[in-house]
Amino acid sequence: MPMTRLDPTPKRAFGPPFTNYTLDVAYDEMFESTGKPRASYKGLHERLSVMSPQELRRRQQAADASFLHQGITFTVYGREEGTEKIFPYDVLPRIITSAEWATIERGLTQRITALNLFLKDLYHEGKILNDRVIPREMIYTCRHYRREMHGLHVPRGIYISIVGTDLVRLKDGRFAVLEDNLRVPSGVSYMLANRQVIKRVFPGMFSNYGVRPIDQYGQVLLATLRALASNRADPTIVLLTPGPYNSAYFEHTFLARQMGIELVEGRDLLVHDNVVYMRTTGGLRRVDVIYRRIDDDFIDPLTFRADTSLGVPGLFNAYRAGNIALANAIGTGIADDKALYAYVPAIIRYYLGEDAILPNVETYLLSDDSQRSYVLDHLDELVVKAVGESGGYGMLIGPHSTATEREEFRQRIVADPRNYIAQPTLALSRAPCFIEGQVEPRCVDLRPYILYGDRVTIVPGGLTRVALRRGSLVVNSSQGGGSKDTWVLY
Amino acid sequence: MLSRVAESLYWMSRYLERAEHTARLLDLNLNLMLDQAPDPDGLRWPRLLDSLMVVLPPQSKTDPYSVARTLTFDIKNKASIIGCMNAARENARQVREQISSEMWEELNQLYLQIKRAGAGKKWQASPHLFFRGVKGGAHLFQGITDSTLSHSEGWHFIQAGRFIERASATAALLEAHVGELYEPADSDAERSDYLDMVGLLKSCTAFEAYCKVYTADLSPERIAEFLLLNSDFPRSVRFAAEMIQTALNSIAELAETRKNGRANRLAGRLRAALSFGQIDEIMGGGLRPYLYDIQRQCAQIHTAIYQQYVSYPIEAALGAEGRQANQ
Repeated sequence: MPMTRLDPTPKRAFGPPFTNYTLDVAYDEMFESTGKPRASYKGLHERLSVMSPQELRRRQQAADASFLHQGITFTVYGREEGTEKIFPYDVLPRIITSAEWATIERGLTQRITALNLFLKDLYHEGKILNDRVIPREMIYTCRHYRREMHGLHVPRGIYISIVGTDLVRLKDGRFAVLEDNLRVPSGVSYMLANRQVIKRVFPGMFSNYGVRPIDQYGQVLLATLRALASNRADPTIVLLTPGPYNSAYFEHTFLARQMGIELVEGRDLLVHDNVVYMRTTGGLRRVDVIYRRIDDDFIDPLTFRADTSLGVPGLFNAYRAGNIALANAIGTGIADDKALYAYVPAIIRYYLGEDAILPNVETYLLSDDSQRSYVLDHLDELVVKAVGESGGYGMLIGPHSTATEREEFRQRIVADPRNYIAQPTLALSRAPCFIEGQVEPRCVDLRPYILYGDRVTIVPGGLTRVALRRGSLVVNSSQGGGSKDTWVLY
Repeated sequence: MLSRVAESLYWMSRYLERAEHTARLLDLNLNLMLDQAPDPDGLRWPRLLDSLMVVLPPQSKTDPYSVARTLTFDIKNKASIIGCMNAARENARQVREQISSEMWEELNQLYLQIKRAGAGKKWQASPHLFFRGVKGGAHLFQGITDSTLSHSEGWHFIQAGRFIERASATAALLEAHVGELYEPADSDAERSDYLDMVGLLKSCTAFEAYCKVYTADLSPERIAEFLLLNSDFPRSVRFAAEMIQTALNSIAELAETRKNGRANRLAGRLRAALSFGQIDEIMGGGLRPYLYDIQRQCAQIHTAIYQQYVSYPIEAALGAEGRQANQ
């Protein structure tokens, strides 16, 4: 995620512990431009003003210890030892008002409903293509498009049961969508764990603030998965993980425990006569729903990539036969392709006849000649992203790049324009964070989790990711970002 | 429970038991060497290797310290202590969420303690202290397991793994001593016999327990009786067989499989043979074949557990599922 400090001149001096706090053109979550705390942050501001740095530090340490003891860690790839790390955590909550949340909720519900209709249409009649709203080559050149899904009926027509959408706040305070994650979004365990920790660290302030609960997420997720097997009386639901070496393994174990379902690996499952079974000590047990945390490519070596042992041979045939439900469906990655993203407002208008409630960020499609030539001339101002990547990999942040990097991207773009998009460098909103005994602003985004079962449910909260390093540009955990708890008020 | 999880718990436990057994044997034999007459024919250490079922590469050094060092630190050798600890830890890691955090921490710590860069130096300075650390860590892990993990199906698989390994190891150890103690070629090697007998008992931490039953009057026949048939001593084969049977019966109940499955019948037969066996009959029929047979039965039980719970044929299992569905 890109962000820059466009105008670092402080407009106002703050008292301790805010002496290092500065305001600029970016939206500040806590202070109005006049330097007055926003109404929603008043309680936190007062609390911070009277709390000594030692006291704050003590609470930060208590929070860190709590994460360590619970074993809430993620795995960093590419090192042999010490691969498990704590996700850095900031003790100050990020606060969202009830009115702001209402807009987010309506906007995301609208967006997910439309994207689901789009997937269904795309893998059946393809009306949106025939009506030339989206160019055909946009679909057929996407490497997440799954030809095999064409004409396949997924249970209840739900393609995307679990979605994590990344939102950013623009300079004027409106939320905009930065990207959709429709394949296997992760991070929800941190949302839940952050809440557990802050309740222990700031119990008094928490209870006075009127924060809406999120603990029901596990139950809602289970109901969402069960909705996919409404034809089976007592469906067996499992969570399919790539195994302990996956970076999100902690989350897989966490969610399986929260829902009380079995955590399985590919080798625990087998397919016989197009029915999926898991191998237990008490014999084979039929499986009805798989919450899979494995990418399409690895899920069935007979249908997709053959050089993997993570998946289940024959799973796709069982899926085609309607004997197993998958959450999410296969082939949903076409709808979170970063180039297709530019068309989402048109998709919403096409299926729902409405304007998008949450705006997109302006996006240049590099397959278009005039847009490409503009981008190539302005590489030093823009952010360039590879369309199929996630996690902050494969990105050029223009204002912070070297001439060599820009030249490298220029060549890559010219060689394969469909694989890249460009966006203006955003001034992301900034929230107060506890940094070395002081409160300083840091850039944040927000990832709410949307569950699509009998209806669309969004647990009021989300994962607020924060670029904790001073001057850091990226909030992804794999790139040194951290997180904080997100409070949605009543 | 998932077959894979049961399998990992079983092997975690077996490997740890094996690491502890190897540490104990090495510790004891290095210590025993100090009292022993020179061993010009180099018989004792090959015997130790036999009892651990280890074959060293042909060109490796055979002096006791080199052998002990290899059996401790050679990661390429799967029977070495570090090899066993590595395997135990890998199995535990695969089912990290199924065991208690305390178990994982202890096992991880024990593994790192052996793997640490300075471990070789520590071993050089005092092999005894080093081995004591390994044995202590393994015992601590077993205690933590018993007091922090629910005694449900998974725990019973841990028990089964531990005691199958133990029954088999005790029988193998006894078998390695048959030549010296039970088929003596001449009768004037008395002093050395005595040390061998003490060594054998101490290899099973059984010297004190034996003395409480039979006094310090050591005889090969009584030692065999004690290590095979004693009902109370936790390293005797009979004790292990009883634990195996208990574990397998509990598993059968919890996994809702038939109680008279092959694994249960084999375990029951082994336990009954040891409960009602007479040492004079065993000696009469030949101790060596008897011990060999015990190890064979342990292997059969292991195979039967796999067939019953882990790698059962799909068609048979589908038959059972079909029957259930039709009921």
